[in-house]
Amino acid sequence: MLTYILKRFIGAILVMLAVATLVFFMLRLVPGDPIAAMLADAGSEEARIAMVKRLGFDKSVSVQFLKWFENMLHGDLGASIYGSNQPVSTIILEALPRTLSLALISFIIALIIALPAGILSATRKNTTTDHVVSFFAFLGLSMPDFWLAILLIIVFAANLHWLPAIGYSPLSEGFWPWFSHLILPSIAVGTGFSAIIARMIRSSMLEVLQTDYMRFATSKGLKDWTLLIKHALPNALIPVITVIGIAFALLISGAVVVENVFAIKGLGRVLIQGILNRDYPVVQGAVLVVSAIFVLSNLFVDLLYAIIDPRIRYS
Amino acid sequence: MEHMEGSDTEIKGMSRLYSVICKDRKAQFGLIVLSLFILSAILAPWIAPYDPNEMTLDMMHSPSLSHLLGTDDLGRDLLSRILWGTQISLFVGISTVSISLFFGVILGLLSGYYGGWIDMIIMRYIDLQWAFPNFIIAVYLVAVFGTGLLNVIVAISLAFLDDFARIARSMVLTLKQEQFVDAAKVQGFSSWRIMIKHILPNSAAPLIVQGTVSVSYAILGEASLSFLGLGVGANTPTWGLILADGRSFISQAWWLGVYPGLAIMLVVLSINFLGDSLRDTLDVRESTS
Repeated sequence: MLTYILKRFIGAILVMLAVATLVFFMLRLVPGDPIAAMLADAGSEEARIAMVKRLGFDKSVSVQFLKWFENMLHGDLGASIYGSNQPVSTIILEALPRTLSLALISFIIALIIALPAGILSATRKNTTTDHVVSFFAFLGLSMPDFWLAILLIIVFAANLHWLPAIGYSPLSEGFWPWFSHLILPSIAVGTGFSAIIARMIRSSMLEVLQTDYMRFATSKGLKDWTLLIKHALPNALIPVITVIGIAFALLISGAVVVENVFAIKGLGRVLIQGILNRDYPVVQGAVLVVSAIFVLSNLFVDLLYAIIDPRIRYS
Repeated sequence: MEHMEGSDTEIKGMSRLYSVICKDRKAQFGLIVLSLFILSAILAPWIAPYDPNEMTLDMMHSPSLSHLLGTDDLGRDLLSRILWGTQISLFVGISTVSISLFFGVILGLLSGYYGGWIDMIIMRYIDLQWAFPNFIIAVYLVAVFGTGLLNVIVAISLAFLDDFARIARSMVLTLKQEQFVDAAKVQGFSSWRIMIKHILPNSAAPLIVQGTVSVSYAILGEASLSFLGLGVGANTPTWGLILADGRSFISQAWWLGVYPGLAIMLVVLSINFLGDSLRDTLDVRESTS
């Protein structure tokens, strides 16, 4: 077990090193002249020289590479090339809580929908309930998150005026403003995710219901709900944990798109705005942090799985 | 002999697919809706009532007989724009999956069949890519290489590459142990011939299912990229872009926010229905063989 954990840690570190290297070369891979692309029209010769110097392009690639790594390990990710040239690390630290809040609420909403839906459709297999759940799961999987976001704004913000249409309010300014700004975006992000989880819970629940110990428990005359919640559900949830890692990918991708609909200045919006502005230092920083979140959450899920399921022995 | 067997199972597979479609209402819905969209993509130049990019003074006109789905803020006919958008969506969906299927299967075959250092290199690359969401990879690639139809297709194809490579590799690893592969080796067939003629046809089922599902993901991916301004281009009507353009006006003109998304959802839903039915059909064949 300990060697397995150690192995996974080293693996995650290696992936992050590879990602950091790729991110460094990203700017150098831009076809044509990245400096000219960044300066766009404001490209006087002086501005050009200043930019070359700021990005360290006047030094050799190996020196630049080492410097990039050294700075990165100190938390220095460079500065935005726009406006007041804010440090990238400051921009990201501001954006991070927004994306994490969105991901957290989406996750909770998805589970609230998926758990009962999955259990219901498994216990009432091939009934109307099951078919209805299955239909909605398909709908959830097929609906583009940004479209759902727009529909929610049309209904709940523009017409009913129940919830704010755009923006974000930090948790420090009160729970309700924070939460109310996150409800619509979280539903938009969480719906597709809940469809996947519901289908997963259904199939793994069906498997558990057919095991001998469940038949035995039934024959002992235990109540249906005790049986389901105490005996079937914990076992049915084990395989679900593995897909949560995959589904986390959906949450992050969803957040990137949906933040842009609701004008939430989270990591996704920082990333996309950076790309559209050709603000490469910001893009590099955002890519690095999104990747790190992803690698860490994968690691976490793997370790959780190893701890929860004692049947698996890792060598 | 070998050829006859192939066409025989093909006929069996087709008739089984036919019987499944006859029974499965989801598959019928998928087939009909998808066919309608394919037809409208092909016939767009003839059936679109207006030029999709023609601006008129008839701005933000709500759906009516002259404009069935209304007009946008520049007076362009929404129905015509959506019909033309079908071309891009389906083209991107099918071309990206064909490309990533082709290269992914080659990588998977090489990796699984030869093993050793080839497998090592290919698998390390695939593991690295596997660690990231497909959509994020596509965004990164567009960030580096820029927007445009070709770049979007390359970005989405590359994002799916690892999925197909993984499936092909695991199929090869299982089939490599089978007697018919040994028999082919003994007969002195070349490695390529064994891979293409013997291993590939037997690993088709999971690849077909993954391919179908991937088309729907690719269509969603292209729509998301277009929506974010990282798509095909500002002058081509794509579903994602039509939605992005209409987003600012949804409080006055709901149709701009509803219909383009409905088109995306219907296409993706019909492909998902077909994929699900296909999965059932192909699984049946696997369990009976």
